[in-house]
Amino acid sequence: MEQKKYWQSFGELTNSAAHQQNAQDEFKEDLPFEGLDDKGLGSATTPRRDFLKYVGFSTAAAAVAASCEMPVKKAIPFVNRPVDAIPGIANYYATTYVAGGTAIPVVAKVRDGRPIKIEGNELSSWSKGATTAQVQASVLDLYDTARLRYPLAEKKEVSTFDAFDKMVGEALAGLNGAPLVLLTSTVNSPSSKAVIAEFLAKYPGSRHVQYDATSYSGMLLANEASFGSRLLPSYAFEKAKIIVSLGADFLGTWLNPVEFQHGYTQGRKVDPKHPGMSKHYQFESMLSMTGANADERFTHRPSESGAVAAALLGAINGQGASGISDAALKKGIEQAAKDLAANKGQALVVSGSNDVNVQLIVNAINEAVGAFGTTVNLVNKLQNYAGIDAEFVKLVEEMNAGSVGALLIYDANPAYDYFDAEKFKAGLKKVRVTVSFNEKMDETTELCKYVLPANHYLESWGDAEHKVGYISMLQPTIAPLFKTRQWQDNLLKWSGNTTSYADYFKNFWTARLGGEPTYLKALQDGVVESPAMVMGFPSFNGAGVAAALTAAVAGKKTSGQELVIYQKATFTDGRQSNNPWLQETPDPITRATWDNYAIVSPSLGKSMFGIDITNATQADEYEAFPKKPLIKVKQGAKEMELPVLIIPGVQADTIAVAVGYGRTEAIGKAAAGVGKNAYALTSFNGTTFQRTAAVTVEKAAGEYKIATTQTHSSYEGRYEVIKEITLADYVKNPTKILDARKKELEPWGGLENYEKDGTIYPVFDKPGIKWGMSIDLNSCYGCGACVVACTAENNVSVVGKPEVLRAHDMHWLRIDRYFAGDPNDPNSIQTVFQPMMCQHCDNAPCENVCPVAATNHSSEGLNQMTYNRCIGTRYCANNCPYKVRRFNWADYTGADSFADNQVGGKGENEVITMMNDDLTRMVLNPDVTVRSRGVIEKCSFCVQRLQEGKLAAKKAGRPLEDRDVKTACQQACAADAIVFGNVNNKESLVSKHRAENENRLFYVQEQIHVLPNVSYLAKVRNTGEISAHTQYGEPHFMGEGHGAAEGGHH
Amino acid sequence: MIHYRSIVQRFALILAVLTVLCFDQAAVAQDGKALFQQNCASCHAVHKNLTGPKLAGIEERVPDQKLLYAWIRNNQAVLKSGNKYFNDLYNQWNKTAMNLFPNLTDEEIAAMLTYINSVPDPATQKPVEGDPNAKAAASDNSLIFGVLTLILAIIVLVLLQVNANLKRLSDEKDGIPSYEPVPFYRNKAYIALFAVVLFIIGGYFTIQGAVGLGRSKNYQPEQPIYYSHKVHAGTNQINCLYCHGGAQEGKHANIPSLNTCMNCHMAINEYTGTEKLYREDGTEVNGTEEIKKLYSYTGWDPDQKKYVNAPKPIEWVKIHNLPDHVYFNHAQHVKAGKVACQTCHGDIQNMGEVYQYSDLSMGWCINCHRETKVQFEDNKFYSIYEKFHNDLKSGKMDSVTVESIGGTECQKCHY
Repeated sequence: MEQKKYWQSFGELTNSAAHQQNAQDEFKEDLPFEGLDDKGLGSATTPRRDFLKYVGFSTAAAAVAASCEMPVKKAIPFVNRPVDAIPGIANYYATTYVAGGTAIPVVAKVRDGRPIKIEGNELSSWSKGATTAQVQASVLDLYDTARLRYPLAEKKEVSTFDAFDKMVGEALAGLNGAPLVLLTSTVNSPSSKAVIAEFLAKYPGSRHVQYDATSYSGMLLANEASFGSRLLPSYAFEKAKIIVSLGADFLGTWLNPVEFQHGYTQGRKVDPKHPGMSKHYQFESMLSMTGANADERFTHRPSESGAVAAALLGAINGQGASGISDAALKKGIEQAAKDLAANKGQALVVSGSNDVNVQLIVNAINEAVGAFGTTVNLVNKLQNYAGIDAEFVKLVEEMNAGSVGALLIYDANPAYDYFDAEKFKAGLKKVRVTVSFNEKMDETTELCKYVLPANHYLESWGDAEHKVGYISMLQPTIAPLFKTRQWQDNLLKWSGNTTSYADYFKNFWTARLGGEPTYLKALQDGVVESPAMVMGFPSFNGAGVAAALTAAVAGKKTSGQELVIYQKATFTDGRQSNNPWLQETPDPITRATWDNYAIVSPSLGKSMFGIDITNATQADEYEAFPKKPLIKVKQGAKEMELPVLIIPGVQADTIAVAVGYGRTEAIGKAAAGVGKNAYALTSFNGTTFQRTAAVTVEKAAGEYKIATTQTHSSYEGRYEVIKEITLADYVKNPTKILDARKKELEPWGGLENYEKDGTIYPVFDKPGIKWGMSIDLNSCYGCGACVVACTAENNVSVVGKPEVLRAHDMHWLRIDRYFAGDPNDPNSIQTVFQPMMCQHCDNAPCENVCPVAATNHSSEGLNQMTYNRCIGTRYCANNCPYKVRRFNWADYTGADSFADNQVGGKGENEVITMMNDDLTRMVLNPDVTVRSRGVIEKCSFCVQRLQEGKLAAKKAGRPLEDRDVKTACQQACAADAIVFGNVNNKESLVSKHRAENENRLFYVQEQIHVLPNVSYLAKVRNTGEISAHTQYGEPHFMGEGHGAAEGGHH
Repeated sequence: MIHYRSIVQRFALILAVLTVLCFDQAAVAQDGKALFQQNCASCHAVHKNLTGPKLAGIEERVPDQKLLYAWIRNNQAVLKSGNKYFNDLYNQWNKTAMNLFPNLTDEEIAAMLTYINSVPDPATQKPVEGDPNAKAAASDNSLIFGVLTLILAIIVLVLLQVNANLKRLSDEKDGIPSYEPVPFYRNKAYIALFAVVLFIIGGYFTIQGAVGLGRSKNYQPEQPIYYSHKVHAGTNQINCLYCHGGAQEGKHANIPSLNTCMNCHMAINEYTGTEKLYREDGTEVNGTEEIKKLYSYTGWDPDQKKYVNAPKPIEWVKIHNLPDHVYFNHAQHVKAGKVACQTCHGDIQNMGEVYQYSDLSMGWCINCHRETKVQFEDNKFYSIYEKFHNDLKSGKMDSVTVESIGGTECQKCHY
């Protein structure tokens, strides 16, 4: 069998029967002709007579309904219009997305008083206007139906804040000197710290404990040993020529991915004139998103991470990679060490471990390769994680001992994410006064006596110092939707300060910044930056390294299965788990939605479940159906049953489970009943929380359905979908890809005349503007921020798990994940991510099959979709070579039906009713039609933004400029992978992007002459070889030589 | 009809030419009018007292040009200087402060004064009416045509019947056996013909009716306050954009907020217009009462000259409704396209209560997009359309319509 080069699914790899069937059928299921069997229409359950009755009734009903009077609509103007508020025109306010210690400067788009979209704040020099999927999705959390709506005391509503203040005030006064503890997630807001200090001073003996669900205690303590203070350095990935990551998912979830993605990208952009890029080694156990982007990737057992770090240090110091038995891994470590040593001062090593010893060794490595002061910045430190695990464990002990008088909780939920949640719960019962400021009735708040829900960040005042010297401001973009109050206000009130936090905050910053005008400017900009310019830093103290080396290697195991608890790039720690946008965004690696599961290696799949994924029949049995076998994972006394997903590239004995799932009903309809809580499988080693553990596993009875999207669309055997080249090849022969394209198109007029000579259709003029997009595959890491941004901007509906299972997902933009390499050798797996959306073909196959001309071409090169004309034949979707058209199988938006008639209905698919709640619908973009049942939709290049940008230019009487138009996906991308603009303008960014990178430019399936307006730049890998062994220089046409069933049925 | 229209057009053309010939300062007057509406019209009218005094004859009342110009630019300074006339005027007008216009040049002020002098007093001017006979004649004609057609049709039927009878008689005479005559209402040919005609006519009206569903041309609901555009935009010449400023900015033209109304109505608390106001049904409207309704919404007490009650918004009935799947942007048309409000909203300055002038159907939109010429040379945005500029120069195209730059494509309005 000739092996396919790139594969999205195992079926595609083995060209299995199910895969061939999948390629044949555009839609996954037959039309539901219920009750219609072979006996003919007469005996059908709905026979002809019934049909005629229905027709008659509906005609009559339609006639009656149509003759009803037109409804009278009201137009109600302001009584006194605020100067800046013009109805119909959006205002933009700078504020800051805050999630625990993570604070990303953003700009909120407020339309007619409602925040509807979050963009990055470009004035921030560290985030550079970039966002993550969580930031993009956070606007939906504001309108979460499960938010608490008023203060509660012993589960009963308290009517006024004053009454609540009195109740809590009395309770706190009655403590009689018993200590009070304020438990929060990391607080890095200068003004809040002042508020906390003032509050604690009022209650002697009280203290503030910070607790992070995702702990970085290991690093904080290691740095304390090395540099004398608990700090998290910031990393300059852009300055590193060699990047070695020991299991740190720094592009997805580790520490500060927004900044790291941007820096990493700068080192990875290939300058066509001087080709060169950083080299990225990843040593890890599971396949993380960052690992998927690495040039060289080596796998090891989770317990081996200390040994790997030690071996790397040894190899750098010239002592060889001792203690590593696996030959490939050893070779990899030596190679990495050689590269690191050769690039001193331009090298960087990071580790995702929370083990103090491992982090100490990493510090020693960074010291050895001259990273401190060059690629590691110890001055402008990161402050987004400050929690020390042992302090919290101590607090839980004290609570259980009954020595804590009062516990005030803000943004911490240990009853859910603490490794020993039961002990915390037991302790909480012994605390006399418990107050929660959490926004929801979460697992911890449920057990608290008093609850005063805090505002959402979009309703709040505040500030944050995510990174030392970089301050960002929060200002409310909407008045609080419910009877909620900022937690700082509570502390001020209860410490006897009568100033509101809004005033306190204003006074605080007016004093600091030296006057009201500067304060107002800071609010307007959203950021105040005064980084220390000199890279002065504490000197490295290597005293603890020797002990750490011994301790780190000691934990190594040689047999049995091991567990890795990880975070999904789309979902992180689960704080936004009731966010349907995030739930429905496929995981970058597994392409699964709406669940967590146990990721296992192909070899474990084979030995435990008898699934050999290289065997077509077995691969089909596992993959073609959503039902997956179950595995029972036992860690000490705890055990958990999880469905299994087989992922290549995972170390043979590693099982990986994501956190953030398994929430209660009170968190919301989207989170309830989805997955299991993996925090329960974490542990405490006496110093820090551990996210790896030795486990025993066994096959469990039963099956579970997982909604993955990876097999939903197929190129039907056509390939040349992605192109890759090694850096060495590119340097040697820069025009390799261009030459191949030239040769391929030669019979049809070559590159220049392909448009004209490759078709019998006429060629149309594009006067004025022609929109085009260019995507650099080298900069796409698969994080999914663009997918969520697209969903938010374009009112893309959420369909829920039952519908994703039926391949009814609606995303306009998907990120295809391709594997290459041998699935049985985890080190050989190479991954490519490709954002795929409507290509806006100039010779679009969808357009000429539409019987009602609902989709047609504009003179600006847009493939237009007109919903009100579409009758839902789905011919266009069938004829689309890129499979980017989405059909509204049901009324997902609730635009057309009564609540009781909506898809899914009660119980089965409640997320749809949640999304159609009046509150949730406030997030809809009023400039984009809300689609209803029976129409096709797809990427429009954000046409509403194009029209808005053109209008801005017309009003100003000037030609269109690049800054006028940005698509939502482009704006969200932290790595600037997407460039968009007018290609008729030779000076536009997209024209330059294409012209300068001509040698890497390609169009997906260029050979079929659909003339896409989206171009891609080939991925360059800084590695010895491309696992896929792509052969260039031969014309490849429609499935030629590659077996997959093709054509015929269209 | 067509004949009459051409006469009207010619007449209008001649009138226009005459106007240009008579008033050689027309260009300046135009400029002055714009300036007047931009700066003064919110508080002053030419022949009527509004928030401020009427401006007709101002140059006679203040013969000192320098003083007048100084007053217009900075009235506060003039008041401080102790000028008696202006201080008296100030006190007479309840010390209502006038806005400052320090940026007006002498030429601009002169242009405005020229305009003020050129506006004829509506009280002394006879209303110009269209020729009522033209309309009557048009409707008469169609009636005559209808009657004639009917008569002709009856004659045809009678003749057919006569012909049939004669044929039968001649057949009888020739001995050709004839069938029993079928009365015309049982004649299958007639019935078939009738059915086809009925189907076509019925079908036409059904389709017209169905197409018209959801359209509401001439919709004129009764509003919570009888607000007359005729009084405001017509008689008092208030610029449309003074209240509907949103039309220049974005999607919605916007109904003004109540504070905009009160800018003028703090001072104007009674309707003193000479023209009586009538509703559609013919009942007379008491303008002063309607202003009082505004006060009841805003909570303003005209006697104490301050707000005494909590305001509440007015729930106007929305007249112009577009379906959800249509995107319409006022700024695109008003600011970028320089389309006059009247093009879509009709003779708004002569409407009492507003009615929907256009049917707002897609055909109506598209037609306009096909015919309207783009501001192609004036707006630099269109400089990128090199091909069209060349074609215009070489005479291949005589103008660029909205359609030629893609104005009839689906995703210009539907997304």
